[in-house]
Amino acid sequence: MGISRRSALKAMAAATATTVATTVGARETQAAAVAAPPDAVGMLYDSTRCIGCKACMSACNEANELTPDTALSGGLWHMPLDLNEHTKNIIKLYQGPKAGEHAFVKRQCMHCLDPACVGACMLGSLQKREFGIVTYKPELCIGCRYCEMACPFNVPKLEWSKALPKIVKCELCSHRIAKGKGPACCEVCPVGAVIYGKRVDLLAEAHRRIAEHPDRYIQKVYGEHEAGGTQVLYLAHVDFEKLGLPVLGDESVPSRVRNLQGTIYKGFMAPVALYGLLAAVMFRNRKKSGGAEAEEDKP
Amino acid sequence: MSAYSQPRPVGGKIFTLPVTLLAAFAGLAGALIVWRFLVGLGASTALNDGYPWGLWIAFDVVTGTALSCGGYAVALLVYILNRGKYHPLIRPALVTSAFGYSIAGLSVVIDVGRPWLAYKLPFFWHWNVHSVLLEVALCIMTYTIVLWLELSPAFLERARTSSNAMIRRVGQKWLPVARKSLLWLSALGMLLPTMHQSALGSLLLLSGPRLNPLWNTTLLPLLFLLSCIAMGYGAVVLEGTLSARFLGRKPETDMLAGLGFAMIPLLGAYLVLRLIDLAVRGQIGALFGFDLYSVMSLIELALFAAALAMVATDAQRRNLGNLFRAAILMVLAGALYRFDTFLVAFQPGEHWAYFPSVTEILVTTGLVAGELAGYIILIKIFPILAGEPQAAPAR
Repeated sequence: MGISRRSALKAMAAATATTVATTVGARETQAAAVAAPPDAVGMLYDSTRCIGCKACMSACNEANELTPDTALSGGLWHMPLDLNEHTKNIIKLYQGPKAGEHAFVKRQCMHCLDPACVGACMLGSLQKREFGIVTYKPELCIGCRYCEMACPFNVPKLEWSKALPKIVKCELCSHRIAKGKGPACCEVCPVGAVIYGKRVDLLAEAHRRIAEHPDRYIQKVYGEHEAGGTQVLYLAHVDFEKLGLPVLGDESVPSRVRNLQGTIYKGFMAPVALYGLLAAVMFRNRKKSGGAEAEEDKP
Repeated sequence: MSAYSQPRPVGGKIFTLPVTLLAAFAGLAGALIVWRFLVGLGASTALNDGYPWGLWIAFDVVTGTALSCGGYAVALLVYILNRGKYHPLIRPALVTSAFGYSIAGLSVVIDVGRPWLAYKLPFFWHWNVHSVLLEVALCIMTYTIVLWLELSPAFLERARTSSNAMIRRVGQKWLPVARKSLLWLSALGMLLPTMHQSALGSLLLLSGPRLNPLWNTTLLPLLFLLSCIAMGYGAVVLEGTLSARFLGRKPETDMLAGLGFAMIPLLGAYLVLRLIDLAVRGQIGALFGFDLYSVMSLIELALFAAALAMVATDAQRRNLGNLFRAAILMVLAGALYRFDTFLVAFQPGEHWAYFPSVTEILVTTGLVAGELAGYIILIKIFPILAGEPQAAPAR
């Protein structure tokens, strides 16, 4: 045997040390701040204005040709428990322990600036397309559901009830936007709790509202920085976490994976180099032990 | 290394009672798979929008391919560390690997919602190069092909002795080609698992915000890689011991003990890294919080540590009963680590729950049964196993 037990262990230890060093090194790499697309549109939802009428939910289903979820209402009306294959948009109610402490929250796709679902999607079925809207192309979707595993907001849903399912998620009514209209939910809202516009304008409007009525709001626009920033923004008077909006850092979710991959793979150089190295070591070992005898059969 | 390393077909009756039973289980799974495609995933599985990945991914793909790392792990030992004495273990290990990866690939096809579009995966102009799952998918597809090609000399050797002249000619003609290309294939057969077994760990990095901190570490790919190689050795020990026992052959104690030794640095590195990582990220308190997550982590660590303790001395490793039990613990440790990472540590929210449906469980067990039946049939027909029969060859 060409290599002693000790040198084999040494080689293993060295390989491990190198990998650890590169993996840990990846953590040091800082993610560049995510810039919003110049044409980014979005929505601003103000929980303090919402009256919970759910007109937006009906309008959403109508605009997106979704069948109502009537499982809980005895077949009578659209009554989903959460976003699901029938529901791209939902109004939920938070009730606190104190009497009268309550708030509505509207949930739908956040249209992240650097979306986890887009980072996950194998063939780019989910992508940020025009106006920074995360849209879905079924012809590139294999139904792997990695987008569901990745989204920190639990947004993409599968049509579990169908034998030939698609992914269902809010696409900001991009088909209506193409015709010069806004999202159905924003159009129908009777109290202006959710409005549609350019992200920069909505962000300015959100800060203006907070500045005008600091007593009425939590001093933060949710979505300005969360997970690298989102194109849907929130204002509320109770903690965003209580409304089901997760506490997330400023770093986008996929940047962590991109940094690590970049560190380990160096483009595609590292795997190619490793392949060469493996083949070279095998070749040398084979020569040392006297040709390819191991593969040949003996008489 | 004389006649000892020469693989030979085991021979004997093909459809024995155990093989028939295993095949029946596989047939049941086949019927359920057809049903799954007719009614969809919602009606046939317990999967839901909170837990979109369940048993088929966590077991068949993630754990199954790690258990099928025997071919990869033994190849590292033989080809890279130049331990030629383990060469007889390569073919049987490759067979289990080839079956395991084929089953994993089949499971993915069953699990995904829109498999009729999977043919687009090699269309590189659509690739999202940042998708870890794409890397896993392409690597596993390629590696499955590589594994069967690595086994092609065994099939061609058998073809050479066929009674059919045409098959004989194919064997004569292609065997030298297959042997010549083996080095390049084997190098690929070590590169691909290194990439996708670590990437299977990286998959969950994207779920980071919803992953319990005890498992949420940038070291996931490295921990997955170290443990899959150790699981590969464990699986070869199990396979070697069981096939010796059931085929009435002399167990290859020397080699199997050597595999036990090879587990030591892997298990040691895994445990040290896991604990240092938990300490650096300030999770030691959570590790001893004795909630579900702490208990699962502690069981995992205990299994890894127990496997390590059981292969520590030479006498322990040469005691085949002990080595067999250590290999079982090793395999369980790696399997639990994967289940925990994919199903327990993943927290989509309180109102979501998942426990596999009867269909999911029967499909998984049926596929494993099919894998075992396939292995038994293959070693009877083709020259896979080396080593000498203890007494009269079992029929």
